[in-house]
Amino acid sequence: MSKVLMKGNEAMALAAIKAGCEAFYGYPITPQNELPEYLSKHMALNGRVFVQAESEVAAINMVYGAAGAGARVLTSSSSPGIALKQEGISYMAGSELPAVIINVMRGGPGLGGIQPSQSDYKQITRGGGNGDYYLYALAPETLQEAVDLIKEAFDIADYFRNPVMIAVDGLIGQMMEPVDLDNKIPAWDLKPKIWAADGNRENRERNIINSLYLDPADLEKHNFHLKAKYDEMRKNHQRYELVNMENAEIAIVAYGSVSRIARSAIEILAEKGIKCGIVRPITLFPYPINAFREIPASVKNLLVVEMSTGQMLEDVKIANECRLPIDFFGRVGGIIPEASEIVEKVLEIIGGEKHE
Amino acid sequence: MNNVKIVYEKSKGLTDKHLTYCPGCTHGIIHKLVAETLVELDLLDHTVGVSSVGCSVLNYDFFNCDMQQAAHGRAPAVATGIKRVKPNSIVFTYQGDGDLASIGIAEAIHAAHRGENITIVFVNNAIYGMTGGQMAPTTLVGQKTTTSPNGRDPKTQGLPLKIAEMMATIPGATYVERVSVHNPAHVRKAKKALMKAFTIQKENKGFTLIEFISTCPVNWGMTPKDAVDWAVDNMIPYYPLGVYKDTTEGEK
Repeated sequence: MSKVLMKGNEAMALAAIKAGCEAFYGYPITPQNELPEYLSKHMALNGRVFVQAESEVAAINMVYGAAGAGARVLTSSSSPGIALKQEGISYMAGSELPAVIINVMRGGPGLGGIQPSQSDYKQITRGGGNGDYYLYALAPETLQEAVDLIKEAFDIADYFRNPVMIAVDGLIGQMMEPVDLDNKIPAWDLKPKIWAADGNRENRERNIINSLYLDPADLEKHNFHLKAKYDEMRKNHQRYELVNMENAEIAIVAYGSVSRIARSAIEILAEKGIKCGIVRPITLFPYPINAFREIPASVKNLLVVEMSTGQMLEDVKIANECRLPIDFFGRVGGIIPEASEIVEKVLEIIGGEKHE
Repeated sequence: MNNVKIVYEKSKGLTDKHLTYCPGCTHGIIHKLVAETLVELDLLDHTVGVSSVGCSVLNYDFFNCDMQQAAHGRAPAVATGIKRVKPNSIVFTYQGDGDLASIGIAEAIHAAHRGENITIVFVNNAIYGMTGGQMAPTTLVGQKTTTSPNGRDPKTQGLPLKIAEMMATIPGATYVERVSVHNPAHVRKAKKALMKAFTIQKENKGFTLIEFISTCPVNWGMTPKDAVDWAVDNMIPYYPLGVYKDTTEGEK
């Protein structure tokens, strides 16, 4: 199909409809409001459910109920709202319920601001709520990639019976880009949801959706069962992109909007005769440590660039396994790093421009 | 033995799991009434119950239908999620007074406000039972609990919250009644209230809430008999029984 020019939040909403999302439960918060606004009209047009809940806490628990009844469910929010949703997200991970959660990140802590940010990295990758769990977390850099990943995210959630987080920043939510909504996505082997507690019990035993295990031996078994899923994600489902790595002397590590700015930076650097690559994580969990093992020997330094004070930096240090020196550059508070600032930082690290 | 006639049996709406409730607690009677109602209206196979957090947290093991266990106070939100995607299923929550009247008051009010076609079974025993007898929003004035050791003082702890009265003021609610199970006559009345509530839901007529006056002998520090008497003498005067809202009144 041909491309259409759409605003990020609306394109992401339409992608969910294309993916067969049956219900959306959410609560208003900037900068993601166009997403529920779009769905409030288009879900009804498609005979599906849209509910504006009384709070983020209620919204995520509605997602829990609908997912527990076997439906494909979506919610979206932004950083402080995602913080409120952590209760329900933890319960969903514990009860093994699939759902897609879109986080259009803004600055924090507290009420913070409404401009783009990546300061929810830890909230997204370190569980966020109580207990031993992870979300499969995807961080697209373009609207096209966001649309494609959202469509696939519903399958990934169903496959793992685990919530999937789409981590974008306010920039992706608010900007307009041409997108093809009918791109083919990878196929996942999905089984019927025979576990759903949906009140349709003609030919089966009753189903229970639950995360309570009062016997420590039972809970430990459950925790190890969940860990096996996360290990499977780590082993086989890391996603990343390596850009311009051949003979590169330095590589930028960046995800989401920042990796696009890094793409501009490496072009400027190329004009100056400097070969700079990019390591772009697409999954924030599982963190793509395999990408770091593929970095060629020519690379002598890593520069992590984020719209945070260095939340992903810790994962880069783990993945780097002390091989390369790591520098960091971050802009925060809703300020987006300029390509020229990244170039300047690279030059500082490698000791100035090369004139051969 | 050939002439044995069954005059009473356990409802098929309950499983054979042993109940975890303390001796003399009226949760067991209320479970029986909910189960009987679902069986008699032929709804059991189409029902999803939502367990809350509190003494009844394990009742996903007791009700013989599909069940979802909800976070503390969130049962009406979970029920909303289920009902909206499965409008032909019967959905009920079973919540205590800590769960509904305290941490989950917003979810309860807004489920009624949206006119969700669900049934809330609300069990008011004026105390937090599961956590060991702390003060609830429904604890009576002067009542001693582990967090109101000198008795509830309205000056600093407020007056007990009247849930049925409050929910009846919400325009979206269809049917609200407060019942008690302290004697057989009231048990029968309570059953009628549940039959009415689930029938309203079956007919897609909207939000229903039945508040049960219940007892907590262990945390009240009483024998089961004294607890029932205390509920009659102290709770019912403050929490009068009756129908607080019925928008189906006069309908045939």
